[in-house]
Amino acid sequence: MDMLLLTLESTLRLSVPLLLAALAGLFSERSGIFDIGLEGKMLGAAFAGGAAAATFSSALMGLLAALVVSVALSLVHGFASITQRGNQIVSGVAINFIAMGTTVILGQAWFQQGGRTPALSSAGRLNTVELPFAQAVADVPVLGPIYSDLLSGHPLLMYFAFAMVPISWWVLYRTRFGLRLRAVGENPGAVDTAGISVTWLRYRAVICCGILCGFAGAYLSMALTAGFVKNMTAGKGYIALAALIFAKWRPVPVMYACLLFGFLDAVGIRMQGRPLPLIGEVPVQLIQALPYILTVILLAGFIGKAVPPKAGGVPYVKER
Amino acid sequence: MATPYAKLPGWVDYGLIPLLNLVVAFAVAGLVVLLVGESPFRAAYLLLDGAFGYGEGIGFTLYYATTFIFTGLAVAVAFHCRLFNIGGEGQAYVGGIGVALVCLTFDNILPWYLTFVLATIGAAICGAAWAFIPAYFRATRGSHIVITTIMFNFIASSLMIYLLVEVLKPAGQMSPQTRTFAEGGQLPKLDWLLAIFGLDIGGAPFNFSFLLAIAASIFVWVLIWRTKLGYEIRTMGFSEKAARYAGINEVRIIVIAMLISGALAGMMALNPIMGEQARMQLDFVAGAGFVGIAVALMGRSHPAGIIPAAILFGMLYQGGAEISFEMPQISRDMIVIIQGLVILFAGALENMFRPALSRFFGARAMRTKPVRVGSAG
Amino acid sequence: MNELAIELRGINKSFGPVQANRDISLKVRKGTIHGIIGENGAGKSTLMSILYGFYQADSGEIVVDGKPVHIVDPNGAIAAGIGMVHQHFMLVDNFTVLENVMLGAEDSQILNKGIARAREELKRLERDYALEVDPDAVIEEIPVGLQQRVEILKALYRGADILILDEPTGVLTPPEADHLFRILEQLKTQGKTIIFITHKLREIMAITDEVSVMRQGEIVGTRHTSETSVEELASLMVGRRVLLQVEKDAATPGDVKLSVRNLTAKDSRGVTVVDDVSLDVRAGEIVGIAGVAGNGQSQLLETIAGIRTAVSGEVMLNGRPVDISGKADPGELRTRGLAHVPEDRHHMGLILEFEECESAILGYHGQKQYLNGSFLDAAAIRADAEEKIRKYDIRPANARLKTANFSGGNQQKIVLAREMEQDPDVLIIGQPTRGVDVGAIEFIHKRIIEMRDAGKAVLLVSVELDEIRALSDRILVMFAGRIVGERDGDAAEGELGLLMAGVEEKEAAE
Repeated sequence: MDMLLLTLESTLRLSVPLLLAALAGLFSERSGIFDIGLEGKMLGAAFAGGAAAATFSSALMGLLAALVVSVALSLVHGFASITQRGNQIVSGVAINFIAMGTTVILGQAWFQQGGRTPALSSAGRLNTVELPFAQAVADVPVLGPIYSDLLSGHPLLMYFAFAMVPISWWVLYRTRFGLRLRAVGENPGAVDTAGISVTWLRYRAVICCGILCGFAGAYLSMALTAGFVKNMTAGKGYIALAALIFAKWRPVPVMYACLLFGFLDAVGIRMQGRPLPLIGEVPVQLIQALPYILTVILLAGFIGKAVPPKAGGVPYVKER
Repeated sequence: MATPYAKLPGWVDYGLIPLLNLVVAFAVAGLVVLLVGESPFRAAYLLLDGAFGYGEGIGFTLYYATTFIFTGLAVAVAFHCRLFNIGGEGQAYVGGIGVALVCLTFDNILPWYLTFVLATIGAAICGAAWAFIPAYFRATRGSHIVITTIMFNFIASSLMIYLLVEVLKPAGQMSPQTRTFAEGGQLPKLDWLLAIFGLDIGGAPFNFSFLLAIAASIFVWVLIWRTKLGYEIRTMGFSEKAARYAGINEVRIIVIAMLISGALAGMMALNPIMGEQARMQLDFVAGAGFVGIAVALMGRSHPAGIIPAAILFGMLYQGGAEISFEMPQISRDMIVIIQGLVILFAGALENMFRPALSRFFGARAMRTKPVRVGSAG
Repeated sequence: MNELAIELRGINKSFGPVQANRDISLKVRKGTIHGIIGENGAGKSTLMSILYGFYQADSGEIVVDGKPVHIVDPNGAIAAGIGMVHQHFMLVDNFTVLENVMLGAEDSQILNKGIARAREELKRLERDYALEVDPDAVIEEIPVGLQQRVEILKALYRGADILILDEPTGVLTPPEADHLFRILEQLKTQGKTIIFITHKLREIMAITDEVSVMRQGEIVGTRHTSETSVEELASLMVGRRVLLQVEKDAATPGDVKLSVRNLTAKDSRGVTVVDDVSLDVRAGEIVGIAGVAGNGQSQLLETIAGIRTAVSGEVMLNGRPVDISGKADPGELRTRGLAHVPEDRHHMGLILEFEECESAILGYHGQKQYLNGSFLDAAAIRADAEEKIRKYDIRPANARLKTANFSGGNQQKIVLAREMEQDPDVLIIGQPTRGVDVGAIEFIHKRIIEMRDAGKAVLLVSVELDEIRALSDRILVMFAGRIVGERDGDAAEGELGLLMAGVEEKEAAE
């Protein structure tokens, strides 16, 4: 029971950055801008958050810096993909590299700790919140521990991340912005002839993506750990991308996919060297690779069909 | 309708524009150097001096360039078939298995040149095999090859960790790597080649696989522009409909193009494994697969462009190492930034200067010759 | 009713060196249907895109309802009461009808209220104009005719008083087109003004009140439809009395070279596009397939050429069966004597990025004369291309020039030279002169006749009825995927027209 609770608890913690990044990708890709630069934006944001929070001893400053950097990178991607009509994959790859290199160089130059930022004091960290009555119900059997141990006592950003799932759904399907955003990802011509600016609409989508990636990065360096470590995203941006595809670009399934991938991650850490009943010892690398393997199988059409937004990856050029 | 931009003279298209893009990329990189409080000009001097100032530096530059020629060619061949093979990293990594297995088996039996032939075949087969599944799924099921090859990079990474930690590591050894190969598994250095120019290679691992890289470049050029297969790859890359019309089997061509691409990426493993370390280590690819993207973009997917682009990146790797001695602030991660900037400016933003140049050269062309009015529709 | 809905004064528009619209002045009276007719590339679509704010004119003035307006984007056009039904529908395929109608006119940030209002409004429009459509149907699941209705609804929903329809019947079956015409009449009686763009004379005569003819970017004449004739409009469109009567002797048909029996094919959505088609083409004759675009002619050609998979039926080439299961190799069919000039020159017949000499071997690149083992024989390929350039007078005479840099007519000559010089037994040709300048048309027609006279079996598909009549020895009419009639080459235009419109054989004969 304890073991299960612990695994589930780390599942929640580990799936938060995936969830935020995947929702970020959702906004961008539903508007027709493919984004494999989630990794780089998250990394840049994590560094900016860690650096600013340490420098100013303020979590708020950290969060702000994380958002600014992530949005700036997403605007670069927007400029290349929307204004310059460049190749979106190439642009995403470029952003990942720029973020990877810059965070280390600047981190070393500013803090001299081998690419780390100084450990954050509690003022610089994003604090955890106790849910109401967590103490009071802790002793209730089964539900008590689930509520007070599993669900309570996490950083505010975690609750924010999970709240973003219904919010994203609502924005996409129940607002004018969402209607237009989904339309521009399918047929930008329809949006253009309806008198809406394709360019501005896509820029807004890309900015939404930047904001959410900023939160994801801040969560990594300011909540999950107390400071930035070199290359701390370690492929999470790509797993988020896999989750987004796995969820077929829909908000609620994105949450399930991220929880699944987070769970695999948690199990992988916990299982190291321990044999499983019946199967025997499973190489931990196999569990780590599972999200990627599952995504490939999905893309091959063996589990349903993942149809990306129709205009995704294609720069909009007015027909002549 | 084919391009939204006016036609430019060849030398602008293939010379001036890439050069401008490169200059901007380096200018931005210079800003980062400035940001950490060093002089970009001194850094540039150290870079060039470290890379080309003396024999050993040149040896290292060419050693790195060898790697990037392979991965650049790999990306380029796929590009010609309009496939974005972002999986060079994983294919090179898995290619290492082929090299390592051949060397571990034959290094005590065969002379290096025979091991080398077998290892080349092994690397090519393993690299190609790692490209096969994404290629096959793309050809038959329409899976997005960018995503599947990214996924295969990560799967390769997990696989290689498992193999090196659990299988290939000799008993009693701590670090995850194979045993060191005997002489039959080591490539000779090309010190004689640089000695022709009066240069002393010193300790640089510039080795025989460089000649294979040059041969591969010629092979790719002949393949793409001088063979029936290359014609079919290019046709497929420009128009799937035309390929179908011309009786070209789409599945076959996509799979073959990706197999060649994967094989070239896999052959990259020869250079660090047989040419330098004489063993296979964890993460020996070290991002070279991704550098291949920058190299192919800069080299416009043509071997004649890829070789200089690879040497440029070799210079960055070697010169970057030199800079980090003199300027501790600037570690080799600086290269990663430059690489990103080159990909950004030479790839995603390649057309940034085009409108202005088109206006400049277009205005001139209009004056010199009348243009026929074609059918606009 | 003599008030003007729209007046254009001196509109000019260039794309680089190409002047698409030249000094255009046009008056459209309120409450009328005004036709604009011209060949492909005459500048009709560009002009309408300017009116709809998609492009800005280089110079000139637009006056709507007597007031000069400056339309810089579609919003401006919508505000001025102009709506447009595009040739390629501007619909979001996975949205519902309602969502598509609302897009861009949602009322408020949050959709709820807007949805309710849109549903009301849609009901009203349905009532007023007899435009029935289920608001909750998803676009990709409804037929093309209904999709077009949604486009019209979109414009009306935005309060358009002036409706532009760009080649609206190109994708419609004749019954759907007739239905569209009834809708347009209805809209006219309700006071709407309609601008109807087409290149089909029949439609102009059937529905418009006035018609303006465009040629090479200019308006060359405006007529009251009741006071003009098909002949007059046709001559205005092409600039001179076209002598489409190509010189040719009577055919001397020989053996059957191509034989198709009960061929049926479906498109990617599973709709039957070729329906139980049987035909024979003999050596030394030209068989023309007439029909409105989109009645399965293109798919028929592609199926015969081995590019498209057939569901059932059989195809015999030179007396031997062709594999129609989709595994057929178009390359192998070539070696068996089938040459194919495809409709889609740009994406199928040529590679625009290739050098001319490379495009000139597309499909034949595996033949021995172009190869040394697995290698291309560059010298042989170039020599071969240069010979064809001479023989077909392809300009500029440079085999190393990029294919994209040749004009439409010369590109088509590259394809024709490639396919004809292979000395095939059977030649199938789709739209031989689409987008081709007048000079090249004559040349191409002559070559096709020469092929016939040299004893080739020629199967010709064209949506230009004049072309079919000028070239064919026998004419088959295709409608809704079926062959609905066969006539001699000198059949009357009216009779063929009725068949093409799907009027039953018996009625047509009367």
